[in-house]
Amino acid sequence: MDPVTLARLQFTITCVYHFFFVPLTLGLSILLALMETMYVRTGNELYKRMTKFWGKLFLINFAMGVVTGIVMEFQFGMNWSEYSRFVGDVFGAPLAIEALLAFFLESTFLGIWIFGWDRLSPRMHAATIWMVAIGSNLSALWILIANSFMQEPVGYTIENGRAVMTNFFALLSNPHVWVQFPHVITSGLTTAAFFILGISAYHLFYKKRDSEIFQRSFKWGAIAGVIGICLVGLVGHSQAQYMVEAQPMKMAAGEALWQTEDPAALSLLTIIDETQQRAVFDIRIPRALSLLAYNRFDGEVQGIKDIQQEYETLYGPGDYVPPVTISYWSFRAMVGAGSLMLVLAFYALFLVLTKRLQRANRFLHWMPYAMALPIVGTSTGWIFTEVARQPWIVFGIMRTEDAVSPNVSVVMLLTSLIVYTLLYGVLIVVDVYLLAKYAKNDASISESHGDAVA
Amino acid sequence: MDLNTVWFILIAVLFNGYFFLEGFDYGVGILLPFLGKDEEERGRIIATIGPHWDANEVWLITAGGAMFAAFPNWYATMFSGFYLALLLMLVALILRGIAIEFRNKDIRPKWRSTWDWLIFVGSLVPPLLWGVVMGNLLLGTPINADMTYIGGFWNLLNPYALVCGLAFLAIFTLHGATFLSLKLNEPILDRAFTAARRLWPIALIGGVLALGVGYFVTDMYERLGVNPGLVPISAGAAILATGWFIRKKQGGWAFAMSGIGIIFSTVTFFVGLFPRLMVSNLSPEWSLTIYNASSSPYTLKVMTIIAAIFIPLVLLYQGWSYYVFRARVTRDSKLEY
Repeated sequence: MDPVTLARLQFTITCVYHFFFVPLTLGLSILLALMETMYVRTGNELYKRMTKFWGKLFLINFAMGVVTGIVMEFQFGMNWSEYSRFVGDVFGAPLAIEALLAFFLESTFLGIWIFGWDRLSPRMHAATIWMVAIGSNLSALWILIANSFMQEPVGYTIENGRAVMTNFFALLSNPHVWVQFPHVITSGLTTAAFFILGISAYHLFYKKRDSEIFQRSFKWGAIAGVIGICLVGLVGHSQAQYMVEAQPMKMAAGEALWQTEDPAALSLLTIIDETQQRAVFDIRIPRALSLLAYNRFDGEVQGIKDIQQEYETLYGPGDYVPPVTISYWSFRAMVGAGSLMLVLAFYALFLVLTKRLQRANRFLHWMPYAMALPIVGTSTGWIFTEVARQPWIVFGIMRTEDAVSPNVSVVMLLTSLIVYTLLYGVLIVVDVYLLAKYAKNDASISESHGDAVA
Repeated sequence: MDLNTVWFILIAVLFNGYFFLEGFDYGVGILLPFLGKDEEERGRIIATIGPHWDANEVWLITAGGAMFAAFPNWYATMFSGFYLALLLMLVALILRGIAIEFRNKDIRPKWRSTWDWLIFVGSLVPPLLWGVVMGNLLLGTPINADMTYIGGFWNLLNPYALVCGLAFLAIFTLHGATFLSLKLNEPILDRAFTAARRLWPIALIGGVLALGVGYFVTDMYERLGVNPGLVPISAGAAILATGWFIRKKQGGWAFAMSGIGIIFSTVTFFVGLFPRLMVSNLSPEWSLTIYNASSSPYTLKVMTIIAAIFIPLVLLYQGWSYYVFRARVTRDSKLEY
């Protein structure tokens, strides 16, 4: 294998793995902050128990997010040194700011939150988890400002063969940030909601003790889930509409749309032949893609082949078509997972509002499996947005193949890839073991759980 | 002073924060199996760094980010060049972080001893490697005209870098022992002092060797002259004083002195480096400097404003977190919520 493929594979594995944990941190930190605020406001011990029960699970997940995050920061320099040299002037800034503004905030206050229950007033203690929530979500903002530069470079000029920042505020107001960031944040909320729904359903199904806390949690999960997934869909829709204009190739690849169409049809199922650049089998809904793209029944959506020609005149000869099959199916997996969550969240809320929850045994029995849906959605979402940007690492100005470290050999890349894969493989087993153990704990037990006392 | 110099100093500050703060929590991790005689004691030892280790590590993350933002070529050359060393460091940091967070999550003895063992290894490797990295930055590595490191992994393991690695390891462990002398009570307190007393001569010899040998094998001598100046002398004096306070059983002063020793040693390294970032031993012109490796003036200006606002703020709330947990960890302390 060549270095580029290995470096990309490594980035995919470490990034997707890192993002198994991040959305839950983003969403659950906010819900924990709300739970503890309710406890401070009402003095109701139920909310304190809720905070502690979900808090334990939050911490297990948070630790995994932290340690896998360090790899991401080092990786740009280790595997992608030419990229780092080329864009460091622009891209390094949001990364440094992320650490300075967000990581310090979340890590410091999380330390205080974990160990500070008896050392701070309840109000002060609740404030610390708010700091964690703000820190985590701020970190998402800054890393997405960095990523958005790769999707849609702004506020820069090319000087002596590298990108140089000319306008910091242009980076912040990059329109791509403001469709991507809300999408990620609301995905985080949805992930947390389904996490709570799944585990609460497990407890309600097995009728364990202390069902009150899980009924309340289920209600919170249902509300957060409905709000979250509706926003994910709405924001995602505007993001896709923006993509039609800003990154037409990505849209076309996601739809496996080879020819420009007006009105454009939406693919229901397409079997793709990438070498022949055509569909082997195709079912499409007429006009539906135009409707999604422009909110009306006509309007041109560009096809892959036309964009390829356009890019050839713009950027010179070359292959500008991303891997269409991966783009198409990851896009569909994301939207599919999202749609399923939409249905489930509304049904969960319906059960809560009509007080049928306790009798919905089949639903409660299957709901824990739905915890996988947000993971599928967020992973495939990232795969889609990164793969369908290829061959560019920074759209329009740097190709991925030119970005790898020239001095890092295939052996070194293979070594690190194997090391990460083995290490991550072992860690996910431990992580799932611990999450399952604490998720199955009785909430009343977890309060006085003797893990502090040997 | 131009902004390139400002950022050189800021990155030195960030590494100081990292070495000072995570220096002692690495030391605590290294001492864990030796000072904790039973499960409960080891739990207490970990609890002294429990609320802090993650925030301490963010100093490293921020230093890395700052290198990327202010000196992209430094970040690119060093991270791609010191590849296997950094891979090893990442593995250590991952295992260590997970071990600290997961050890208390199950009460089986086997579970805990496994994680404690990983805390030890994960705390041992980074100081060693940082010493090796710093030593090599100063000594010079094969960097070509394209700012690309063309040596291998074994180039890094030269005698001088290994001396630096061992010196870092010894000083951080000593720093961990003085920290524990502040945070624990009998009987572990006594053991912490004993450990500190035994570590002190090793740290002293290591520190003197790293600075002294460095004076001859690097170009520090020709650059700084016969009189090394106040900084390295202060570093030596602080480590000397650490021993004195350990003997007096004055934990607070001992910790302050080991900390000052770390800070002045780190500053010595950066003074020796300035205005280079990485020395090329192939040709002096190929060295990375604060000018040929830096970002544009505009980026440096933006980053300076942000750093000027937020670094003091970070110091403030991180200081507060140490204030909240200023009490010694005793048998009665709740080790987790």
